[in-house]
Amino acid sequence: MPPASGRGDEPGWAGGLRKLYNSVVDEPLPDSFKDLLKKLDGGGDA
Amino acid sequence: MPDRTEHTAADEAFRLELLSVLPHLRAFARGLSGRPDFADDLVQEAAIKAWTARERYTPGTNMRAWTFAILRNHYLSELRRSKRSTDLDEGAAERMLVMDADQEAPLHLSDMEDALQKLAPERREAVLLIGASGFSYEEAAEIAGCPIGTMKSRVARARADLARMLDGEPEMTAEPRARRSG
Repeated sequence: MPPASGRGDEPGWAGGLRKLYNSVVDEPLPDSFKDLLKKLDGGGDA
Repeated sequence: MPDRTEHTAADEAFRLELLSVLPHLRAFARGLSGRPDFADDLVQEAAIKAWTARERYTPGTNMRAWTFAILRNHYLSELRRSKRSTDLDEGAAERMLVMDADQEAPLHLSDMEDALQKLAPERREAVLLIGASGFSYEEAAEIAGCPIGTMKSRVARARADLARMLDGEPEMTAEPRARRSG
């Protein structure tokens, strides 16, 4: 598995792990989070 | 007017900072649990807990580490609760969460996600915190509530396990995650 960044001295899986993590970070928040965001927007105790 | 008049500038700053870490919380939760829907539930619960406890957060400190710890604790609570509703006794669930397991080389899989889920829970958490989330050993130890040396050991073992699973020999025996070999 190719590394996600160019760190030459690390095993391939290390880049794969970051790639896996970053793939979730880069996802848009799903619709299920809308209620949460509204609660936080409202400023009350969610 | 409702209570939202109490929505102060500090609350707004907290909210924005909390929103900024949600993608990272999702990635951490996904890695921990391996289940996208459950992971998102964990994140939402953790975000609500963080919001409710916002007065205990010190602005300018590490929001990501603070919320990761909240999520992690909630995840462990959920695991314990789910284990109580299955055939596993509570002690078994506890061991699964905290033991320093020494698994044999389990599966030869090229998929990172599968390999991650086959790590012992505390090793998976450690390698997610250090290798994926980019925390320092000190921060990761704080999040996991363990000494730095323990965190380093867990990461080293996780790395060895992953290397063995992903780069190693084709051994196809699936071992239970909770297995303790001594």
